[in-house]
Amino acid sequence: MSKLRQTPSQTVGPFFAYALTPEQYGYDFKSIADGNLIEGDVPGQRIRIEGRVLDGKGDLVPDAMIEIWQADGEGRYAHPADPRGSNVAFKGFGRMGTGTDPESRFIFDTIKPGSVDGTQAPHINVTIFMRGLLLHAYTRIYFSDEAAANTRDPVLASVPAERRNTLIAVRNETPAGAVYRLDIRMQGADETVFFDV
Amino acid sequence: MTEIYTPRDWSSQPPYLHPDYKSTVLRAPTKKLIPIRQSLSEITGPVYGHDRLGALDTDLTRNAVKSGEPIGERIVVTGRVLDENGRPQPNMLIEIWQANAAGRYVHVVDQHPAPLDPNFLGGGRCVTDSEGRYKFTTIKPGAYPWGNHDNAWRPAHIHFSLFGPSLSTRLVTQMYFPGDPLLAFDPIYMGTPADCRELLISKFMLEHTEPSFALGYEFDFVLRGRRQTPTE
Ligand SMILES: [Fe+2]
Repeated sequence: MSKLRQTPSQTVGPFFAYALTPEQYGYDFKSIADGNLIEGDVPGQRIRIEGRVLDGKGDLVPDAMIEIWQADGEGRYAHPADPRGSNVAFKGFGRMGTGTDPESRFIFDTIKPGSVDGTQAPHINVTIFMRGLLLHAYTRIYFSDEAAANTRDPVLASVPAERRNTLIAVRNETPAGAVYRLDIRMQGADETVFFDV
Repeated sequence: MTEIYTPRDWSSQPPYLHPDYKSTVLRAPTKKLIPIRQSLSEITGPVYGHDRLGALDTDLTRNAVKSGEPIGERIVVTGRVLDENGRPQPNMLIEIWQANAAGRYVHVVDQHPAPLDPNFLGGGRCVTDSEGRYKFTTIKPGAYPWGNHDNAWRPAHIHFSLFGPSLSTRLVTQMYFPGDPLLAFDPIYMGTPADCRELLISKFMLEHTEPSFALGYEFDFVLRGRRQTPTE
């Protein structure tokens, strides 16, 4: 059977906010998701993840959209393909533009995911969209306080050792709780590792 | 965990770096992508259904009305979401956004000096039915100028965002209109491999036209599919 051709991707452009992240930007339209993934009293360790997106000149990108997709505190995804059953209390999806924070940060309030399948270290899947990106880019966020699990992680192991730190968010203890920081660099010597998912 | 989704067909996709589209120059990843073996992280993805839809979200001619009807040519945009094996994709969220009839976006950073329409937002959502069909009613968007090069104009287009069934099927794209003379001058459209550009152009379909109300256009999406196994 001959296959249909996959629809080509096109850039998200600069004007996505009133439809994709409307409440964050103050538009009168309901958002399907935002930077807060915590609903109700979902179990798990509360964390914040924040970072910036930088272009090839090191300039901040103020018109990117970042999506995160993650498992719950026990490593379960809220999706029928996860055989451990979907966890409806934690959806695991966040979406935020970099256009409302004065420092052009994306900020996600979430819970720390558990190990997904016993072999992978805890991680968050990240999808990046922006003007100038004709096709979205995929990366991952790992956690600096999971050194032992990170050492065993098969995806990190597939990344050249000198580039692995582009995927590992650094934990900071703040009065408000744990904040993990990681910048996404589109180009340059410390260009973020992007995956062919 | 076995590989469930077929790989991205890079021959149908634009490259990251396409210098005619100037913003790609400092934003395109320069290092080779690292292949990832599909795990639960890649074969799962956000699931959204009708629970997140507003009553008027599929009708952009009505979902932001303040004082009257939006100005412009009413159109119906309909089609199916399929995977590359031709299988319909039911219960899939589609999000759209677009300029108004004058080519102006509601977005505050759009500085194009064309009028805003107080009765038109330009954002909408739909969930595909059991046969993978979707349908929006909207206003035909206008072309608009942009700063890429001297006298640069974007052809009329509607932006689409689809999740599909998994993280790996995510698609953000733009739908264009048949016969638009601006297409040949648009570096975003022209960044697509030549033999796949047609896939981004909707078809005018008389049978989707609503008599005395709106012209009809058809546009299908093809997402990455599930691998064929011998038992299928
Ligand atoms: Fe646009």
